[in-house]
Amino acid sequence: MITPWMNAHLLTFLVFAPFIWGVLLMLFPERQAPLVKLLAILGATGILAIAAVQLLRAQPDVLGRVAVERFHWFSAVGIPVEYHLSVDGLNIWLVILTVFLVPLTMLGTWHSLSHKAGTALALFLMLESGMLGALVAQDLLLFYLFWEAMLLPMYFLIGVWGGSERRYAATKFMLFTLSGSLLWLVALLYMAGKAGSFSPAVMAQAAAALPGSAQNLLFLAFAVAFAIKVPLFPLHTWLPDAHTEAPTAGSVILAGVLLKLGSYGFLRFAIPIFPDAALHFAKPMAALSVIAIVYGALVAMMQTDIKKLVAYSSVSHMGFVMLGIASMTLIGTQGAMLQMLNHGISTGALFLLVGMIYDRAHTRRIADFGGVATKMPVFTAFFLIVTLSSIGLPLTNGFAGEFLILNGTYLSGFGWGRAMACVATLGVLLSAAYMLWMVKRVFWGPANPDPESGTAHLHADLNLREIAVMLPLVALIFWMGIHPSTFLAHSEAHVARALVQAQAPAPRGAAVLPEVK
Amino acid sequence: MTFTASQLLALLPLLLTTGAMVALMLAIAWKRCDDTAFVVTIAGLNLALFSLPIVMAQGDQGVTPLLQIDGYAVFYMGLVLIGALATCTFGRSWLKGYPDNREEFYLLLLIATAGGLVLAGSRHLASLYIGIEMLTLPMFGLVGYAYRERHSLEASIKYMVLSAAATAFLLFGMALLYAQAGSLSFSDLGLTLATTPAHHPLLMGGLGLMLVGFAFKLSLAPFHLWTPDVYEGAPAPVATFLATVSKIAVFCVLLRFYLAVPAAADPMIHWLLAAMAVVSIVIGNLLALLQTNIKRMMGYSSISHFGYLLAVIVASRLGQMPVEAAGVYLLMYLFTSLGAFGVISMMSSPYRGKDADSLHSYRGLFWRRPYLTAVLTVMMLSLAGIPMTLGFIGKFYLIGVTVDAKLWWLSGAIVLGSALGLYYYLRVMVTLYLREPGMQLRDAKGDWAITSGGLVVLLSAALVVALGLYPQPVISLVQGFQNVVLH
Repeated sequence: MITPWMNAHLLTFLVFAPFIWGVLLMLFPERQAPLVKLLAILGATGILAIAAVQLLRAQPDVLGRVAVERFHWFSAVGIPVEYHLSVDGLNIWLVILTVFLVPLTMLGTWHSLSHKAGTALALFLMLESGMLGALVAQDLLLFYLFWEAMLLPMYFLIGVWGGSERRYAATKFMLFTLSGSLLWLVALLYMAGKAGSFSPAVMAQAAAALPGSAQNLLFLAFAVAFAIKVPLFPLHTWLPDAHTEAPTAGSVILAGVLLKLGSYGFLRFAIPIFPDAALHFAKPMAALSVIAIVYGALVAMMQTDIKKLVAYSSVSHMGFVMLGIASMTLIGTQGAMLQMLNHGISTGALFLLVGMIYDRAHTRRIADFGGVATKMPVFTAFFLIVTLSSIGLPLTNGFAGEFLILNGTYLSGFGWGRAMACVATLGVLLSAAYMLWMVKRVFWGPANPDPESGTAHLHADLNLREIAVMLPLVALIFWMGIHPSTFLAHSEAHVARALVQAQAPAPRGAAVLPEVK
Repeated sequence: MTFTASQLLALLPLLLTTGAMVALMLAIAWKRCDDTAFVVTIAGLNLALFSLPIVMAQGDQGVTPLLQIDGYAVFYMGLVLIGALATCTFGRSWLKGYPDNREEFYLLLLIATAGGLVLAGSRHLASLYIGIEMLTLPMFGLVGYAYRERHSLEASIKYMVLSAAATAFLLFGMALLYAQAGSLSFSDLGLTLATTPAHHPLLMGGLGLMLVGFAFKLSLAPFHLWTPDVYEGAPAPVATFLATVSKIAVFCVLLRFYLAVPAAADPMIHWLLAAMAVVSIVIGNLLALLQTNIKRMMGYSSISHFGYLLAVIVASRLGQMPVEAAGVYLLMYLFTSLGAFGVISMMSSPYRGKDADSLHSYRGLFWRRPYLTAVLTVMMLSLAGIPMTLGFIGKFYLIGVTVDAKLWWLSGAIVLGSALGLYYYLRVMVTLYLREPGMQLRDAKGDWAITSGGLVVLLSAALVVALGLYPQPVISLVQGFQNVVLH
């Protein structure tokens, strides 16, 4: 059934199949919307099946890669550009997270997209292509191409299918991310000119030969582009707008996958290419991450809109990811890897749940609710589980990730590391405060007596479709909490290798890597 | 003076175009028929285009002291002819509703194209001047072709007066150079000015005055003031020609002149060019932000694009790469502009008074004309330099060249300009996809896709995307042609 061609070009197939499927779906007339929805979900599920089976079954090679493709693509400005894709320990779970979230999101938002649903789903599949391409690209120019290309479908999803302020939000989203990457492009071309290649390995050698100040500047250009995407404080302002205005499906994918590409960019490119500069900036990065954690949590606490609250909690959670990366320890980085997946699952699930209640009540204001638990008990159960996972309760996924990150920060070589770990721990407390306070006001207490309130419009609990969407997410929440090593085993060797490179030349206290089990 | 057979063959594109011109004139005198005029024009331009491989086979040919037909010239002749052909097809749809004589449109177009071809091969100040005037004079008539529209007439007069002033600057600059070098050919100028000491202020004055002339034609700041008005007033097909052929040809000769005359690389001129590049990029992009008229916006956007290209000229003495970058960028600019203006033309055809150029007319276009909108979207993305379009490859080259030359200010300006540019290109895109339609004053005809102009538009969109994904053919093409130019 699976031909040898498929085996050799698995990654090309995974990257471009959603795109082609999306283009085909665009050709259907508007009145066929239900059929298009079904076909889109079936297509995305097929991609999930193929990706999961083929990637998890394959035997990794020496470098931990389970699938590779590499061709010469073209040469511009005298520098060869390669079409180089691979899946290894660092990106395998992110790839699977992407292909997993897409069909689930489509199913979860079946009725949400009333207007031109076919076109929206087609864009959604194209977005999947862009994200997968960026995740598996190993050549920096190829990565850049996918990195920017994936913005376009998201731009249209927000700008056409978004809320009332959608034009503003979409433009802000696009301007922030694209301006950051323009500066990065200059640095990228400079490095490519020095190295004569866009391969990160060759670039790393060329970078090592540069003076320290140049390395620092170049690292900053890379880091700013990635930090905007993460988003790291103070570059996060586009995120709440984009999340609030985006349709549910857009928010899920934005939080679930798009943000991860920023932190993934640090792990895959910025730190391995400029290890010395990364160590040099580790402390400021960690400090900004801690600020993001606390600031995001405090702002989240003040929100009156559930979706905006979840959006700010994203800023806080992604701060944890960046803190883990900035700790430059194996344990912290592994924690960051896990936290990326956690955040994708938990926040994705939260956005889906918010979408479900919004579809019924047509409001997201916390004050419009109250006593939802009596009207929608099943929904409440799911919401509570996801909330607890987002807070980081032991046995849920959030705990494992945050624990490893805080542990890594505590052990990190730079001064104030312990103090930062302590402040970041405060962020965990704050996240419990804002989430539980919101849950209290929305779900508990007597039902809101106002006949115009959100609660009054809640007539039906979750249907089978919505339960089917939530169940796999909840299962994953527990699996990742109880047995995180399933997800950590793949990346361990890769992260360890990258960190040895990063820390070998630096005579710092943390040169001996702490073991993680 | 005798012509060898291969010299005559090298002149084929020019001869065929002028031949078509004469044939068309006779045809008009005999019997007015716009179908005949269209066929004669298209046939002449196509023959000229298909004669380019023959010309290429002749190798590097100097034809009289005036023209140098080498790979560089052939490449830009190709761009000029493609632009002219596309303009013809857009013009045909537009003229369908035009109440007056239609045939002269094609005639003027052919004359201007011949001027562009002369410029592509020019290696002498005389042919430079003849080429520029042949290119510009017919434009007065073309810009004012919809003379019943106040805007069009105003644009025509404005263009004529300012253009004449710019030409005067150009001529005076040439005279000053001639006074220094005693010759008008580029290579003699270069040689004389490099070996014998010239009077420096006079030399700089001459070059500076010529630069004013060039800057006017390329609408570089601060000589850009005519651009938005003329773009707005000119009928959409004419604006296409103005944005593509007329600028590409002038840029081509400017680059050749700059490379051939080392005195032009004097630090003062160098800084002047760099400053003009930065100012054009900033002003073009900033003012484009404020436009609500898509043709005016394209006018400002072209100011900034030629600002980017001027950065290439500043870097052009540092080897083969900048010349290659200019070729790639202009190729991208040609196809992208053809697509963008083509859509505006489709929307404004047939002639019914003022063009459909306010952004209002494009509101929610996607839900009515999805394919036309897809084309315009691709073009906006390409102009903004988003990956997966040819525009990205162009921007990639520009930044690559400026970074390579360590011209950090210029790379910075390009980055800043691109960021600003994103904003207004995005604004057009948002408008296209708005859910609520605007006032439907104008719309493209239902069968736009099967008109010749529609085919050109679809083809350019396909090329912009396909070559954006796999740019090697473009790069190889440009490299193949441009290796000939530098000796």
